[in-house]
Amino acid sequence: MKTLTNGILKENPTFGLVLGMCPTLATTTSAENGMFMGLATMFVLICSNVVISLLKNLIPDKVRIPSFIVVIATFVTVVQLLMQAYLPPIYEKLGLFIPLIVVNCIVLGRAEAFAAKNSVGLSALDGIGMGLGFTLSLTIIGAVRELLGTGCVFGAHIYSEQYAALIFVLAPGAFICLAYLMAAIQKLMKK
Amino acid sequence: MKLIVSAAPHAHSGDSVRRNMLLVIAALMPAYAVSVAAFGWGAIITAAISIVACVGFEWLIAKFILKQTPTIGDCSAILTGLLLAFNLPCNLSWWIVVIGALVAIGVGKMTFGGLGQNPFNPALVGRVFLLISFPVQMTTWPRPLGFQTQYLDAITAATPLAHMKQIMKGDSLLIDQLPSLWDSFVGVIGGSLGEVCAIALLIGGLGLIATRVITWHIPVSILATMAIFAWLTTPTGMCGHEYVLYTLLTGGAILGAFFMATDYVTSPMTNCGKLIFGVCIGLIVMVIRTWGAYPEGMSFAILIMNACVPLLNKIRPKRFGESKK
Repeated sequence: MKTLTNGILKENPTFGLVLGMCPTLATTTSAENGMFMGLATMFVLICSNVVISLLKNLIPDKVRIPSFIVVIATFVTVVQLLMQAYLPPIYEKLGLFIPLIVVNCIVLGRAEAFAAKNSVGLSALDGIGMGLGFTLSLTIIGAVRELLGTGCVFGAHIYSEQYAALIFVLAPGAFICLAYLMAAIQKLMKK
Repeated sequence: MKLIVSAAPHAHSGDSVRRNMLLVIAALMPAYAVSVAAFGWGAIITAAISIVACVGFEWLIAKFILKQTPTIGDCSAILTGLLLAFNLPCNLSWWIVVIGALVAIGVGKMTFGGLGQNPFNPALVGRVFLLISFPVQMTTWPRPLGFQTQYLDAITAATPLAHMKQIMKGDSLLIDQLPSLWDSFVGVIGGSLGEVCAIALLIGGLGLIATRVITWHIPVSILATMAIFAWLTTPTGMCGHEYVLYTLLTGGAILGAFFMATDYVTSPMTNCGKLIFGVCIGLIVMVIRTWGAYPEGMSFAILIMNACVPLLNKIRPKRFGESKK
């Protein structure tokens, strides 16, 4: 249980470990994009954690990183083809960032730090927890940016677009939102 | 007679943050008077909203979020508000001005810990935020037509810089539409509150140098770099000296060089650092003006160089008595 909640709160990939910043900043232009990016990463995380913990005794220590990458890349390709087939509009929007999950620090980080040392069950739980934490953070950042930048959340109008500050859906807005959300969450966690 | 033993310094010049801020505000007054004459109530209302909002946000953030004693007495928030207003068109809706003030004070200054801690010029952070967020409203410049009583109903006009951008792209027919150099100098050209009148800004800026609030290094190096760059890249159909004068007199060149780039907190400490800082700002402005997407690049250039100030502060005078290695 602790393994599961660890990834959502205490070691939240985005706000706690500050890993995987590239997709966090680049794909959170709307709540929907953030959520699907998170879900795709979660799928890769769970599968790669399970497979790597199964193979951990077979992989020689010296070549573990290349081996992990091969496993991760396999699942990323699976996600990529699945999204291309069943969610073409989202796939178009996320574009390059789906294949780039391969180099997402959080996936390799959990493989190296957790799956390579723990049992299959625990690794699966860790993958689910970390994946949920990542999805949750990306959805929150996406929702805030979409709300401030276009006046919508998940495409639903909250207030008129003419009062929305365009900067929040552009790159500088991503940094500003991430920084303030992180500050707020750190403050809440300390209490 | 009572003798007091204390550590140096023993004499105090009476310099304070408050005094310097008030002097800068006083130096901006001639230019403000011209913009009131040119834009009427719009200039008064925009500046009032901006100043009240900046001071208000500083007080609220210091009191309720940082839980410090509010330091609005040092007048720096008033100056930030005034400088922000100088960077805005006078017919901007009031809520955009308030958002600009919130970003300037909240994001640009108080997030980093208040006056003295901010790496970027707060007024420019506010302006650039608004420019990117509300591009249409921020680039709809009212035409200065003398004192007007309406606030929002102004006739809009393109700024000379927008014309120059077209000329550089080869549209030499537009040269006729540029305002005369004399108009640019005394202030009847379109633009934000603070860029209509070059001569009033120059008077204020020279006053600041005379009272030693700022040194000459930053403004001179910025303007000289821009002049040389402009002279070398004069488009066909214009004289070199004419183009140089247009470059310096239009847009935010003088306002930025004298009042924005010289902000104590966000400029280098040594004179050598200041010169490098100024030359780089001048280069970046001209690169943005000549090849960039925006007609004016002063605010971007100053913000970019603000980020380099900690590096430029590595240039230090030799320590007294230091032995050679």
